[in-house]
Amino acid sequence: MRKILIIGATSAIAEATARIFAARGDALFLVARNTERLRAIKTDLDVRGAVRCAFAALDVADFAAHQAVIDQAERELGGLDTVLIAHGTLSDQGECEHSVDALRREFDINALSTMALLTPLANRFEANKAGTLAVISSVAGDRGRQSNYAYGSAKAAISAFLSGLRQRLAKSNVDVLTIKPGFVDTPMTAAIANKGALWAKPDRIATGIVRAIDKRRSVVYLPWFWGPIMLVIRHIPEFVFKKITL
Amino acid sequence: MPSLGTSWGRYPHARQTIAPLHWRDAALPTAQGSVLPYGNGRSYGDVCLNDGGTLLAMRGLDRYIAFDPASGILRCEAGVLFADILDFAVPQGWFLPVTPGTRFVTVGGAIANDVHGKNHHRAGTFGEHVLRFELLRSDGTRVECSAQENPDLYTATIGGLGLTGAILWAEFRLLRIASPWMTQETHRFGSLADFFALSTQSERDWAYNVAWVDCAARGSRFGRGVFYRANHAPASIAASAPRRRRLDVPFTPPFSPINSLSLRAFNELYFRCAREGRALVHHEPYFYPLDAIGGWNRLYGPRGFLQYQCVVPAAVAQSATAELLERITASGSGSFLAVLKVFADRPAAGILSFARAGTTLALDFPNRGAATFSLLDRLDDIVAAAGGAVYPAKDARMSGARFRHYFPHWQSMLVQIDPKFSSGFWRRVME
Repeated sequence: MRKILIIGATSAIAEATARIFAARGDALFLVARNTERLRAIKTDLDVRGAVRCAFAALDVADFAAHQAVIDQAERELGGLDTVLIAHGTLSDQGECEHSVDALRREFDINALSTMALLTPLANRFEANKAGTLAVISSVAGDRGRQSNYAYGSAKAAISAFLSGLRQRLAKSNVDVLTIKPGFVDTPMTAAIANKGALWAKPDRIATGIVRAIDKRRSVVYLPWFWGPIMLVIRHIPEFVFKKITL
Repeated sequence: MPSLGTSWGRYPHARQTIAPLHWRDAALPTAQGSVLPYGNGRSYGDVCLNDGGTLLAMRGLDRYIAFDPASGILRCEAGVLFADILDFAVPQGWFLPVTPGTRFVTVGGAIANDVHGKNHHRAGTFGEHVLRFELLRSDGTRVECSAQENPDLYTATIGGLGLTGAILWAEFRLLRIASPWMTQETHRFGSLADFFALSTQSERDWAYNVAWVDCAARGSRFGRGVFYRANHAPASIAASAPRRRRLDVPFTPPFSPINSLSLRAFNELYFRCAREGRALVHHEPYFYPLDAIGGWNRLYGPRGFLQYQCVVPAAVAQSATAELLERITASGSGSFLAVLKVFADRPAAGILSFARAGTTLALDFPNRGAATFSLLDRLDDIVAAAGGAVYPAKDARMSGARFRHYFPHWQSMLVQIDPKFSSGFWRRVME
């Protein structure tokens, strides 16, 4: 049985993942902003078979509140061995090009808050010499594109941070998993019309996340075909990349 | 899977704005024009469509709220699929009290269409098992309804075609089972009289009764078919579940391979190959044989198909059913999927509930335009003369006059309907 902390638990991918954990009989501590929605998910996970499920409200932009929530999770679950960090916002690229405040807000949420949460968690797991830190980054972090480089660069920061953290914690038997979903049909992306064949449902991403955690993988593209797609995109020479729209 | 905003018959086509719901604490999305809840798009015609308006996509409301493993009472959000409930409940020894022929329907859709199954004589419609639910109305009010609390809105919403507001969650009773398996008996019958005899004789000891009828058979073979009766198996039956095989129809063929020749050949084969006697069948292939073929509705080609399901009163059931079948056989139309079963005499759960004492016949017709519509109008003549009714959940074409004749209490619906809610079906039959 895993003792799992989920940050951003009301996101569609996190909720779908939590359902798999619950059905397996894991214990869960859910963190997100909205208490009513956390309660709705908690009762659902209870029915699905979670051995224990509790929650706390937290705005991840309130860095000073992080520590108390992590402590609470550990108390409620009687320990902690798995963390899934799934919160995020899909930045408005246009707004970030004109407002430095908007750009900083996006970085606070999508990059800095995650690093801030990971810092004490990594130290705990390093001391315990066990555990899994799974973090949702994005294929958008693999290469900055004109359509969403505010979001993409924040996710790139996460991916680089996790890469370093993974190397450091490998010596302590702690797994660090970088999750890179492609296009996922969630409320966060509801505004995007014309979802084509590359779009996946949160359930499919969740199944991949749980499998990657169980198999102690390092980096996972979800669904898998984003691996080869991003390999190509990363290798497009700049003189070509400048001329195409992606 | 149907794309959002189409119905299972792929006819008629409608254009509407999609507004997804994900949280039961959220307000209804603001929309210009009328709104209509849309579940998983398994109703056939236009009860789930709202051309020119907004569809409230309800599948995002798919959480459980409470389950009591002692009493089998489940409370869940309206977008939960029957398929999910089965995956969850069967291993714990519970089953849906009533289920239609597909498990890919939502709880909200099952209530709004007051669906029935093969066990109507024993369990009635799904609505009869619904203890309470919550409606979100367009004025922002939330109304909890049960037989005791807001009973008028309760009976208007069961079978109410989604017009009384958005069902956010519902609480209903599951059925205790001892095994995921079914004991099934198969009997071929040579005539409609034999069907009625088998049906009467099976009512007491069999929970699930249904027949396939050969709607292409003429002459001495007229009215022949295969009768299936089944019960949930006792606990002593222990076998491992069959593997879920799933084929998909990946695209819509440019024309339908289903025609009168292929139909006659197929029906002959099906009748001859039906193996009589007793068998042990897993509940999934038993209740949901067509769910194994994803997107089977595409086989009818780009023009889609029309399903016709009617009920005729018990007193005239045999003659009226014979008349319907004769008319269909003579047309050379109709499909392999022709189903016959007997409804018991029970009080209806909802004002617009379809199931009522009598015999129900359901079958598909490839959409061949005017010829198909005129055939269905002739069938309506027979049903109306017999004092029967046509099932709105399957309908895309009945006239307003016929609807009001089939559902004489329709006027008591009017005060319960949410003024902002409407559907393609409702506008059509209110004309």
